[in-house]
Amino acid sequence: MTITAKHIETAAYEIMKKAAIDIPDDYLTGIEAMADTESGDLSAFVLSAMLDNYRAATEDRRPMCADTGLPRYYVKVGDKARMDSMVALEAALRKATADATHDVPLRPNRVHPLWRTEHNNNLGINSPEVEWSFEPDADWIDITTVHKGGLFGTDYRMLFPGDGIDGIKRFLLDTLIAFGKRGLACQPAIVGVGIGGSKDTCMQLGKQAACLRVVGDRNPDPEIAKLEHEFKELGNSIGMGAMGFVGSSMVVDCHIEVGYTHTGGMPVSVHTFCLSSRRATARIHGDGTITYRTDPKWFTPYMRREGIS
Amino acid sequence: MTTAPTRKTHHLTIPVKASDIAMLKPGDIVYLEGVVYTAREGVYDRVLEKQQPLPAFDQSGTDLSAISNVNFHCSPAAAPSEDGNYKIGGVTATASFRFSKWMERWLDLTDTKIVIGKGGMPKEDYTNILAPRGAVYLTTVGYGTGALLGRGVTSVKNVFWLDDLGIAQAMWMFNVKAFGPFIVDSDIAGNSLFAEHNAAIAENISALYDGLKPPALSRYGETDNRKDEVM
Repeated sequence: MTITAKHIETAAYEIMKKAAIDIPDDYLTGIEAMADTESGDLSAFVLSAMLDNYRAATEDRRPMCADTGLPRYYVKVGDKARMDSMVALEAALRKATADATHDVPLRPNRVHPLWRTEHNNNLGINSPEVEWSFEPDADWIDITTVHKGGLFGTDYRMLFPGDGIDGIKRFLLDTLIAFGKRGLACQPAIVGVGIGGSKDTCMQLGKQAACLRVVGDRNPDPEIAKLEHEFKELGNSIGMGAMGFVGSSMVVDCHIEVGYTHTGGMPVSVHTFCLSSRRATARIHGDGTITYRTDPKWFTPYMRREGIS
Repeated sequence: MTTAPTRKTHHLTIPVKASDIAMLKPGDIVYLEGVVYTAREGVYDRVLEKQQPLPAFDQSGTDLSAISNVNFHCSPAAAPSEDGNYKIGGVTATASFRFSKWMERWLDLTDTKIVIGKGGMPKEDYTNILAPRGAVYLTTVGYGTGALLGRGVTSVKNVFWLDDLGIAQAMWMFNVKAFGPFIVDSDIAGNSLFAEHNAAIAENISALYDGLKPPALSRYGETDNRKDEVM
């Protein structure tokens, strides 16, 4: 049996709604734990208001944050999945975006960058983004959507091998403090750090590390896993909590992804996935049934392969 | 910080009276009832730069400040509903520092006394612009309490310039009840909660970098003063 554009549209519409409304369990658990240990009075007040807000969103079926970000998709296609038309798949994703924007409703954030033209449906040139990956020995298609605000909390810098881990730590501190002031990064955040690749890959890896891995997940390289822990502790030692008030709640978790890079360079990017960390995934199975979850399972061993296959 | 023991919760009716505003202290919590209007760069540009008049709010030509003296830097997640009204989902603020350059003229034109948004504005704006006009700044909480604030909007009273400016930039008038929570950032003396907290945090910042060697290549125009804000 083949997967049809109708299956894709149904799944994509549903995850748009779920992502906007229901906070993922892993992030919720992380914030509950931070609320218990936060000693900064105002920062603790903010975390408790956010917990109220998640409940209100789920009860009322309304978006947890009105800045529903720049809705976009990550599609992972099983090698044995059969789809009649890839162009129809992309069209289905666009239709689901427009329909969900009206029905949920999502804020129609997308505008032309120069002329500020908008279609009130979150569609436009190169919008929504669709990123692709493949998975061996699978007959399903996974579609993940992420709703992330787009203005603050991200930076990129070309460092050099001699700058070492110190250089990365300084850049991480620079970014967290600059955007943590007044809480522009909407911390506590899932911090994604992309290291290596070419410049665009570096940004992409860091963004995916923030948005497509769950709180508690560790990189399979034990040395990188240690760094993830160290960076999380470093961020939480700044003395800054939610909204930039005095406190300790800056980083719910830190995820690092790496890509082989130019021998002379060590590009680094930092991304913060906010207090409304919104993601939802649908799996369209080979027989057309659809199941939903909040863990995108994007970084598979195949994604991180080093050799030919 | 010393704000904790004295933090009060205020329930204010809009238009908000000068005596109510005088009671607000940085770190206090506020809930609002009445009419709140949204205005951000689209509205400011239209009225202040393109010199177009404010909309007619009703048939008898009532001033905006008699209906609402609360300006919310917000774009709702809204959509037209079948009954000709609007469905309001989540309601969240947007970062206010970008609108700083319009505040003085806007407050003078509209007699607005409460500005609500994300992240506050530079302390100099409170000292030089808001405080002398008896106005204060409230910040939304966590910047993502869209569902709680959405609950507080009981209905859309009116929306202006929707066709020209779009949903995100249009001037919305919301009927609100138990609308909040908001945290008081600035008071009528021009104090700023964010500035206080930034200063406290800045004491610890240089120690964080101790022992971490600087990168080989600096960035052009890089400042070394980490106590500076970038906005």
